[in-house]
Amino acid sequence: MKTFEYTIRDELGIHARPAGMLAKTAKALDSEITIAKDGKTVGATKLMALMGLRVKCGDTITVTVSGGNEEASEKSMKDFLEANL
Amino acid sequence: MRKFKGKGVYGAVAAGIVSVFKRNDVQVKRIKTDNPEAEIARLEAAKEKANAQLGEIYEKALKEVGEANAQIFEIHMMMLEDDDYNEAIVEMINGQGVNAEYAVAVTADNFAEMFSSMDDSYMQARAADVRDISNRIIACMSDCVNTGNTSHDKVIIVADDLAPSETVSLDKEKVLAFVTAHGSSNSHTAILARNMNIPAIIGVGEDCLSHIKDGDMAIADGFTGELTVNPDEETIALYEKKQQEEAEKKALLQKLRGKENRTIDGTEINIYANIGSIDNIGEVLLNDAGGIGLFRSEFLYLENSDYPSEEQQLKVYKRVLESMAAKRVIIRTLDIGADKQADYFKLEKEENPALGLRAVRLCLNRPEIFRTQLRALYRASVYGRLGIMFPMITSEWELKEILSLCDSVKAELDADNIEYSDSVELGIMIETPAAAIISDKLAPLVDFFSVGTNDLTQYTLACDRQNPHIERFCDTQHEAILRLIEISARNAHKNGTWIGICGELAADTSLTEAFLRMGIDELSVSPSFVLRVRDAVRKIDLTS
Repeated sequence: MKTFEYTIRDELGIHARPAGMLAKTAKALDSEITIAKDGKTVGATKLMALMGLRVKCGDTITVTVSGGNEEASEKSMKDFLEANL
Repeated sequence: MRKFKGKGVYGAVAAGIVSVFKRNDVQVKRIKTDNPEAEIARLEAAKEKANAQLGEIYEKALKEVGEANAQIFEIHMMMLEDDDYNEAIVEMINGQGVNAEYAVAVTADNFAEMFSSMDDSYMQARAADVRDISNRIIACMSDCVNTGNTSHDKVIIVADDLAPSETVSLDKEKVLAFVTAHGSSNSHTAILARNMNIPAIIGVGEDCLSHIKDGDMAIADGFTGELTVNPDEETIALYEKKQQEEAEKKALLQKLRGKENRTIDGTEINIYANIGSIDNIGEVLLNDAGGIGLFRSEFLYLENSDYPSEEQQLKVYKRVLESMAAKRVIIRTLDIGADKQADYFKLEKEENPALGLRAVRLCLNRPEIFRTQLRALYRASVYGRLGIMFPMITSEWELKEILSLCDSVKAELDADNIEYSDSVELGIMIETPAAAIISDKLAPLVDFFSVGTNDLTQYTLACDRQNPHIERFCDTQHEAILRLIEISARNAHKNGTWIGICGELAADTSLTEAFLRMGIDELSVSPSFVLRVRDAVRKIDLTS
C-alpha cells in the first residue's frame, strides 16, 4: 500500500469535471484507489462520492493506492492531480 | 400588467408569446413486486437508452455551445454509471421489492439532498444534475418523451426550472428567451443560455408560475432580470426602443466584423483586446479583435492560495494561445503590489504602494517567482504567437537584468531538452515618465512598447485616479501625457520597435486620429470597444 498527500490548487476544487476525469483515471488502473479528506474516505472511482467530499482549493487530500502495480498507479494518480487539480 | 424580478444571465431583450414548459412528469408510484430481477432488467434497459440520449444531447451541445459547456453531459453519462448510485437503486429494488421507477426516484432524492446540503453554491447546483439523469431514466422506463414547445413559432419559455439537458434539447430557433422560477446563475442552464446567446432570467420566484399562462404576452429583459407579463403600451414602447438600440449595436457589429482597421487614406492600425482571465476569450473573438494586446496574468496569483506552479500557469497560457490561433497574444508578467496582493506573498504594508515594491520590482527582488512564470511562458510559446510584456520599467538596468533572466531561463529549457519558440516577442510597458523619457535607450533592447496610460497619467500628473476630490486635476488628455507618448513612438520607430497603447486612453475615440498621426501601431481596448474604435478609424482621413 502506498499513500501520498496532495494539496488542491484548482480554484474550483474537485468539481464535476475533474471529479469525472479522476474517476475515469482511477477506473483504468489495476489498483484500488481511495481519496480521504478530513477523516472521510471514498473510492476514487465513485464520482458522486468524490464530489460529496467537497474538496476545495487549498484542501489537502490523502491518496491511498493498494493492490496491482502500486508504483505505476501512484505515478498515474500523481500525474493526473498535478496536471488537473 | 405584472412584473417579476429575477437575475438576468444574458444581456438582451426579448418580447413575445409565453409558452409554459410542461414536463411530461411521470407520477412515480410505489409498486410492490415479487420479481426484482425483471425490475433490474428494466432499469438496465432504461439506463442504456438514457445513455444513448445523453450521447445525442452531448453532440448537439458540442455544436451549439462548445466543448467546455458540453462536458456536463459527459459528466451526466458518468453519473449514470456511478457505483454508489446504482448500488443504492438495486439494493432498494431487491431489499424492499419495489418497482425500478420508485427506487430511482428515492435514490435521486437522497443524492440530490446530499448536494443541496453542501455549503457551496456550485455543489448545491449539482443536485439538479442528479435529478435530471434520474428523471431521464424514469422517462425511459415509461416511454415518455418531452416534446417541449410545439405550439408556437417563437416563444418565451417559462419553466419552474430547466435541466441542462432540457435547455440544450430545446430548438434554439424557436426560443426567444428562457425564464425560470428557480435555479441559480451558477447553474449550467444559465451558463448554457449565455453561450446560446439567448436572453435568460433565472429565479423569478414561484409566484410567477401561478400568474402566467400559455399565450400571455411578455417582455424578458436579460439586462435587468425583469419579466413583464401582459405589459401596457407605455412599457411596450419603452422596450421597443431598447430593442432597437440593441439591434443597432448588433448591426454595427455585423457591419464591422471582418473589416480592416484602415483609415480612408489607407493607414492601418492593429486593434487588440485587453483581458484579465481566460473566460473573456469568447468576447475577444466575438468582437473580432486582431489579437490580445494585454493579458493580465494577475488572476492566476490572486485566485490562488499559494504561488501558482509552472504547470498550472502553462495550462492557462497554452489555452489562451491556442484559442487565439496564430494571432498575437501579449501576456503581461505579474503586476501586483501591496495594494493588490495575495496573502501568501506576505508583502509588508506600505505607506505609498503606488511607489513601492510592485510589478517587475517585486519580480526582480524575488526572482524565484519570476523564473517560474518565465519558464511557463516560454514553454507555452510553442502553442501560438506569444509576446511577453514587463510592467513598471523605469531604468535600463532593470530591463537588462530581465533580459538576462530570460536568457538563463531559455538556457535552462535547452538543458532540459524542453521546446520553446524562438520568435517570442519581448516588450515593456511605458507607464512611468522615466521610461518614456529614456525610451531611446530602451527601444533597441525590445521588440515592442505598450503604453499603459492609466499609470502613466497617475505618475506624470501626480494624481491618484481613485481620489474623487482631484478629478479635475487628473486630465487624461493632458498635453504632458500626449507628448510622452509621442516621444516614445518616435524613439520606438527609430529602432524598428513597434508601439501600442493598452491603457484606457486607447479606447478614447476623440484621440484616435492623434494616435494615428503619431504612428501608433496598435490600440488594445476592452473587447466591447474593439468595433467602436474600428468604426472611428474607418472614418478618419489623415490627408485632410
